Amino acid sequence: MDVSGEVKSARDMGLVACTRCTRVWPAGTRSCARCGQRLHPRAPLSLQRVWAWWSLGLIAYVPANIYPMLETRTLVSTQDNTIVGGAVEIARHGSWGIAAVILTASVLIPIGKFLAVAGLALSVAHGSRVSRARRQQLYEVVEYIGRWSMIDVFVVAILSALVQLGAVVSISPGPASLFFAVSVIATMLSAQSFDSRLLWDGPDPSPASRSRLA
Amino acid sequence: MTDTPSDPRASAPGAGSGPASGRVANRVAGRDLASLIACPHCDAVYRAVQPAPRARAVCARCHKVLIAPHRQAGQRLIAVALAVVVLIGAATLTPFLRVEAGGMSNATSVLGAALAFSARPMLMALALAVAALIVFVPVLRALLILYVLTPIVLDRPPARHARAAFRLSEALRPWSMAEVFAIGCAVALVKISDLAQVEFGPAFWMFSALVILIVVQDTFMCRYSVWTSLEK
Repeated sequence: MDVSGEVKSARDMGLVACTRCTRVWPAGTRSCARCGQRLHPRAPLSLQRVWAWWSLGLIAYVPANIYPMLETRTLVSTQDNTIVGGAVEIARHGSWGIAAVILTASVLIPIGKFLAVAGLALSVAHGSRVSRARRQQLYEVVEYIGRWSMIDVFVVAILSALVQLGAVVSISPGPASLFFAVSVIATMLSAQSFDSRLLWDGPDPSPASRSRLA
Repeated sequence: MTDTPSDPRASAPGAGSGPASGRVANRVAGRDLASLIACPHCDAVYRAVQPAPRARAVCARCHKVLIAPHRQAGQRLIAVALAVVVLIGAATLTPFLRVEAGGMSNATSVLGAALAFSARPMLMALALAVAALIVFVPVLRALLILYVLTPIVLDRPPARHARAAFRLSEALRPWSMAEVFAIGCAVALVKISDLAQVEFGPAFWMFSALVILIVVQDTFMCRYSVWTSLEK
């Protein structure tokens, strides 16, 4: 897009934009005549919804880490593994790489997502020294990564469907899998509730304050 | 490639008219709003100009891709959607992975993996959710895309309720997780490779192909082009 003048937002131009199909309508139009989507200059109660889903996600993440994710029964023993416990177990067997992947996917990324969504919502409410374009990038990363966290739940599903070898070894899902799935889905809904147009309504921090940050 | 600001794809409608937004609004309201496009991420408004095939129109301030038409995108998307339906259908019912250890063996299908959670009453809801995410939602999305795009490609008027169908398909996009499941398989295989011997069934290779197909689908899908075709 070539811009010869200043970029104007639909709201500043007295218009309301459809976020589904990108059509614009005069302000006050109820629904998009092209795609049928309800129109709002900004998503109503966006930040409240973000915080509500965010809290549910965080609450569910606690039992997801306390309860076992996998229960492994062999001839001689029964073993319950939590997310972190399973990774530690694998690391003790010498597979440091796999342990690092599991810890990244199920611990670092979820916690990073909680921090990122909270940071974005706070930046809309209280302003930020990070540029709007940078925060938009952060938002897109969070939205993209969100669904990939379900990988853990799918791994539990595959393992417990597959490893059913009678007395030799059998794996069954633990209660943490439900809490982890709820946490991932709530975090996805939290990110989806965030109207990124709010980021662009605020002022961009001046280059001077940004260089002070660096 | 062509997303540099020097490439004249579209121009800001309020260009050069100063910061008085009320004046701009009055000036624009009289014009044809259909020629404008608003970035869904940052609300910036541009005058839409159809880029050349394989070129893209990108939002100047947040870099969201707004228009990305491809030659014969419709036919390709229909082909991919058909392949997705066939692959998931077949992969759901045929054996997918088989393990062997200590003289015992066990095989599972994709649906079997989803329903593994149903062994515990507490996890029943999770079994249904997983089956939806990896089988039903991806198939439903592919069927909706077929329903919406086939009349467009054949130059017929849009199907009944095509807009609602495409809107639903778009809303389901984040919840279609077949490719996430495929990567999950790889992780699960690494985890059990020292525990038991693993054999790949045909469905495993079908799901691997699915990952590539879904990437292709995301590349060729230009939402703006579909919505404008449905408007005619």
